[in-house]
Amino acid sequence: MTAGLSSSPNPESLVVLDSVQKHYVMGTTIVRALAGVNLTIRRGGFWAIMGPSGSGKSTMLNLLGCLDRPTTGTYTLNGNDVGSMSDDDLSDLRLRELGFVFQSFNLIPQLTVQENIELPLFYLGWDAHKSSARASELANMVGLGDRLGHRPAELSGGQQQRVAIARALSNDPSVLLADEPTGNLDSATGEQIMELIVDLNRGGKTVILVTHENDIAAHARTRLHMRDGLVDRIDGEA
Amino acid sequence: MRELKAIRNIRLGIKTLMLHKLRSLLTVLGVVFGVGSVIAMLAVGEGASEQAMREIRKLGSNNIILSALKPTEDEQTSSGQSLMSIYGLLYEDEARIRQTIPGVQRTVPVKQVRKEGRLGERALELRVMGTTADWFDLVKRPLLAGRILRNADIADNASVCVLTEAGARRLLATEHSIGQTLRIGTDSYIVVGIVGTEESGGNIQTPDQQTDAYIPLSVAKERHGDMSIRRSSGSIEAENVELHMIIVEAGQRENVERISSAIETMLKRFHKKTDYHISVPLALLRQAEATKRTFNIVLGSIAGISLVVGGIGIMNIMLASVTERTREIGIRRAIGAKRRQIISQFLIETIVLSTIGGLLGIALGLLFPWLITRFSNMPTIVPAYGIALSVCISVAVGVIFGLYPAVRAAKLDPIVALRHE
Repeated sequence: MTAGLSSSPNPESLVVLDSVQKHYVMGTTIVRALAGVNLTIRRGGFWAIMGPSGSGKSTMLNLLGCLDRPTTGTYTLNGNDVGSMSDDDLSDLRLRELGFVFQSFNLIPQLTVQENIELPLFYLGWDAHKSSARASELANMVGLGDRLGHRPAELSGGQQQRVAIARALSNDPSVLLADEPTGNLDSATGEQIMELIVDLNRGGKTVILVTHENDIAAHARTRLHMRDGLVDRIDGEA
Repeated sequence: MRELKAIRNIRLGIKTLMLHKLRSLLTVLGVVFGVGSVIAMLAVGEGASEQAMREIRKLGSNNIILSALKPTEDEQTSSGQSLMSIYGLLYEDEARIRQTIPGVQRTVPVKQVRKEGRLGERALELRVMGTTADWFDLVKRPLLAGRILRNADIADNASVCVLTEAGARRLLATEHSIGQTLRIGTDSYIVVGIVGTEESGGNIQTPDQQTDAYIPLSVAKERHGDMSIRRSSGSIEAENVELHMIIVEAGQRENVERISSAIETMLKRFHKKTDYHISVPLALLRQAEATKRTFNIVLGSIAGISLVVGGIGIMNIMLASVTERTREIGIRRAIGAKRRQIISQFLIETIVLSTIGGLLGIALGLLFPWLITRFSNMPTIVPAYGIALSVCISVAVGVIFGLYPAVRAAKLDPIVALRHE
């Protein structure tokens, strides 16, 4: 069954988790952060992963973000079997398939807005001319076309998060992963950021959002509730 | 494409370092002074040894110079109450060396008298050297005017003399004086040539001096004999010396040491007193080279220590920088940077840092010798290999001391690094 998944992926099933477990060794005890998760996310979906702390939300995000590999079970991202990949292959997969947006923006302080947006393109090996054209296109899209030469410290929180979104989109990823993207913003600014993300999803981008706030999760079309390392329930579109 | 990426990496490295200008500068100070002192010390050492080598080469590296030495007083008392001291090299010595020691190419006997030279109004105390034409071959000096002594002059007992530059200037002033008659003591000589001299410096005595007059040996023997009498403060001192100097030329350089020890053995057998001195320029040359090697080892050690200290300074700061930038490393890894791209980023930063240090060090290393030469007249030579070496060493310091912090940065777990505050 698992072999069938990786050899002939359903083009609509972008993210497929099959009985995924993730165990951590903490001293002498084994913590089962994920205790067997089955999940399929279709291309173009907008999912919110919710749950109290300790429910396995963060582990889920690290796994979906290819920063970690499952202990057992299989995770297939756009046809790639993540569990069997080397560190270098995982880096490549993140570079090509994923875009990250973090709670604390995580821009590199010594780089300008343009250079931050270009960072994935730098690792992809794009030439400078093409990268800068792409960067200004994205900056315009998030409404910061006139801030390309600024440093992150010179921008407001909302603006920084817009730059982070532009950076996450620069490599045209299959999945945009957002970890509490509004957590460090006031509610009005948070709302604007969510509108931007909703727009992106309307444009066809698959979005996975991790949050504990209901009104943020309400923007998603599918909500996944986690409890004790398992999928508790799913509501909205399947 | 790849090259472009490397250039971008270097630019980024410079940019990151420029964020903390003072810190970067302080970090490289160790390398700056390390490289600076390497070059400065090399320059001083090279200058000193070059000077010594030049001095020694003036003596001729294939020559062995024997000179008469007046024995010390105690040794002299054995010869009784006599005021006459008999010492020095013998005509026989010269013949024996030339005829019996294999490998000897030529010998030049010299008889020396101090006499006043007079030309018109001007007078100058000259060192009159009775010698042969070969002198000018073994003590190679530029011929400034006229000609040198010829074998025919010796055979004919010709009353001719060759002056040295300084003496000529003070007595005759110009080269037009070739052919004029110079009075030395009570005798007349025709000036036939003028040769240059080498400034003897340090503890090396060249065979020629500033105020020499060279005359045929046969003439010197005939006019001055072996005995010289000197009156000073009421006492009379008489000396009997046959030859004051013999220059022996070895045909091949490899034979110089063997010949000099053979000469020493021979002289020991025929002379009761040690009334001679043997000087071997080649041995001095070897000694100077050995001294230079020792100096280079000491220098290398000092430079090595200062560069290691400099490198440790850089490593220390880079480790701090890795810790400080843990989150940046996490972000880059999350975006998709591979471990080796993180390594190369940090390694390039360290190499840029140490290379800048090296370049500043080279500037310092050029400035120091210049100041030394300017204010102390000590010759300094900055060797090109020293500069090339310094650049290589700086890059090597960057690689060696940057590798550990870079690997540590790359080994960070991106999940942990992202959570780092």
